[in-house]
Amino acid sequence: MKPKFQLRYWNHVNGWLLVLPAVFMISLFTHFPIASNLFHSLFSMGTITRPATFIGMENYVFLMDDDIFWKVLTNNLVYSMCTVPLSIAIALGMALLINHNIKGRSLVRMSFFTPTVLPMIAVANIWLFFYTPEYGLFDQVFSVFGGNSHNWLGNPDTALYCLIVMVIWKESGFFMVFYLAALQQLSPELTEAGLVEGSGKWYYFRRVTFPLLMPTTLFVMVNAVVNSFKLVDHLVIMTKGGPDNASSLLLYYIYENAFSFWDTSYAATLTVVLVLILAVITILQFIVVEKRIHYQ
Amino acid sequence: MSTIILKDACKSWGSTQALTDINFTCENGKLLVLLGPSGCGKSTTLRLIAGLDTPTSGIVEIGGRDVSNLPPVKRNISMVFQNYALFPHLSVAENILFGLKARKIPKKEQRKRLANAAALLGLSELLNRKPSQLSGGQRQRVALGRSIVAQVSVCLMDEPLSNLDAKLRQEMRQEIRSLQQRLKMTMIYVTHDQVEAMTIADRIILMKDGIIEQHGTPEELYNSPATAFTGSFIGNPPMNILTPDARVMEAFSSLLPPGSPPSYLVGIRPENIIISKNSGIKSLVMAIEYLGADSLILCRSGKQNITIMVKGKAEISTGAHLRLDWNPKHIHLFDAGTGRRIKNSQRDVTP
Repeated sequence: MKPKFQLRYWNHVNGWLLVLPAVFMISLFTHFPIASNLFHSLFSMGTITRPATFIGMENYVFLMDDDIFWKVLTNNLVYSMCTVPLSIAIALGMALLINHNIKGRSLVRMSFFTPTVLPMIAVANIWLFFYTPEYGLFDQVFSVFGGNSHNWLGNPDTALYCLIVMVIWKESGFFMVFYLAALQQLSPELTEAGLVEGSGKWYYFRRVTFPLLMPTTLFVMVNAVVNSFKLVDHLVIMTKGGPDNASSLLLYYIYENAFSFWDTSYAATLTVVLVLILAVITILQFIVVEKRIHYQ
Repeated sequence: MSTIILKDACKSWGSTQALTDINFTCENGKLLVLLGPSGCGKSTTLRLIAGLDTPTSGIVEIGGRDVSNLPPVKRNISMVFQNYALFPHLSVAENILFGLKARKIPKKEQRKRLANAAALLGLSELLNRKPSQLSGGQRQRVALGRSIVAQVSVCLMDEPLSNLDAKLRQEMRQEIRSLQQRLKMTMIYVTHDQVEAMTIADRIILMKDGIIEQHGTPEELYNSPATAFTGSFIGNPPMNILTPDARVMEAFSSLLPPGSPPSYLVGIRPENIIISKNSGIKSLVMAIEYLGADSLILCRSGKQNITIMVKGKAEISTGAHLRLDWNPKHIHLFDAGTGRRIKNSQRDVTP
C-alpha cells in the first residue's frame, strides 16, 4: 500500500508544480486585479491629505445617477450592435469570395487583410484624414458631386457612426482570416455531393456551409463583442469621446476618470460594471449559440 | 433508357493528359466497374460522367442525351463518394432527404421515399442519429440511401467500400449488387480492388495511365487478358509474367503462331503450374506462404520469380529444388514490345 500512496502523492505534487507558473501569472494579472478593483470601488477617492475611506455602495449609487455613464453605455451598445454583426457578415462574405479560385486572388486576399495588420493608431490617423472637413477624402469625393462640406467627426449626430464605419473596415479582414481557415477545412466532397444532389448555391450555404462554420462564428462573435468594449485607441486620436461625449465609449470614460480626473475609485466602479457586462454577454453567447453548434 | 456512352472522351489539366480517347458503352441496368491502379484515370472518368469535371474533348451521353456540358443536377444521376460525403451536422434522415428538399419534392413524397429507403437499408432505427454516431458500414448505407431516394436510374460509385474493413466490405458489396439488381439501376462503380470488381461486375473496364486496357466480362478478363498488364492485374495471386530466357524459350517455341514478334512474354497463372518429378524448368523455393485452403510457393528460376499455388499446406521447405511444369493450353503469350496478346496456337482456337 505504501508505494502506491507515494506515487499518488507525487502525481499531485507534479501536477501542481506544472500548473504553478500559469496559476501564478493568471492570479497576478487577472484574478488579483479584479479583486483589487472590486475592493477599491468601495472606497472614496484618496488624496495625500485625505486618505481613502470606506464608503460602501456610494460609488454605485452615484453611477446610477451619472448621465454621462448612461450616455457612454448607450453609445457602446449602439457601437457593438453595429460593428459586431456587420463586421462578421462582411468577413464571411469576403472569405466566401476569395475561397473560390478567382483571378488575382492573392491581391484581393492581401487587400482584404491589410487593414488588420495596420496598428489602430495608424488607422485612426488615416481615417482622421478621410473625415477631415473640406479637404478630407470623403468631402473631396462629395464635392465632385456638388455636395457640401461636412464636419463628420465634429457633428454629434455622425461622430459615433464615423467610428463604427472605420472599425468595421479594420476588423472584417481579421475575422475573414478565421472564416477562410474554416472554409478550407470543409471537405470539397461535401460541395460535390451538394452539386450532385441539386442544391443551389444559397440552399447549400444555408443548409451546409453556414452551420458548419458556426464554431468559427461563435469564436469571432465573442472576439468582436469583447473588442467593441475594449478597443478605444482610435477615440484618443480621432474624437477624444466628443463632441459632448457623443462618441465616447465605456472604456474611454473609465480611462478619462482614472487618468484625466484621477478619480480612481469611480474608475474602479465603472470597471466592475464593464467586467460584469462582458461576462454576462459572453455567457449568453455560449449558452445560446452552443446549442446550435455542431463541433466536428 | 439510361445507357451511358462515352465517345472519344479526353481530359487534360495543362500538359498532364489524364484520359485519352475513352470509348465505352454501359448498357441500361448493368453494373460496369472501372478498375485500375491509383492514378489510372478511373475516378476522373466517373467525374466526367457525374459532371463534376467536363471533358476536354469528346462526348458523354446519358440516356441518349449529350450531357457533356450539363451541370450534375441536370444529368439525372446519383453518386456515392469515397468518404461518404455525409453532412456531419445533419441527422441521418436529413442527410438522406437533403437532395429531395433541395429539389422541393412534396413533403408527403419525401416521407414515403425516406421510409422505403430506410427499410431497404435497415436504417429505420438510426434516422435521428448524426453521422458521427454511426459505424462505417452504417454511414455507407446512409450514402446509399441518399442515392436511392433520388429515384434516378443512374448511380455512380467512387470507391464506396475502400474505408471499410475486409469483412464488412464483402457484405456491403453483395448488398450493393443486390440493390442494383432489385432497383434495376445502371451503375458505374470505381474500384482498385480486382476481387471487388470480379465479384460484382457485369462488365469490367480495366484502365492504366488514362487509357482503357481491356473492356469485357470478368471471365474474359480472367481467361483471355488482352495485355500482359491485364493478366498481372486480374487474379489473386497475380499471373506470373515471365521473360523467356534460353531455357524457357525452348519450352514454348512450339506454341508460337507463325509470324509472331521476335520477343515475347509468357504468362502463366499460379494455379496452373504443376510440380513435376522429371520434366519442366528447374527452380529454387525462396519462400512459402500458407493461406489456409491454399499455399503460395515463391520460387526462383534463373532471374525469374515464379509464384505457384497448391492446395492445402505445401509439404516443401525453403531451399528445396522443384521442377515446374504446365499444360501448354494454360499459357498466355504477349508481345514483349507492346504487351498485347499473341495467339497461343494450343489455347486459342483460330477462327
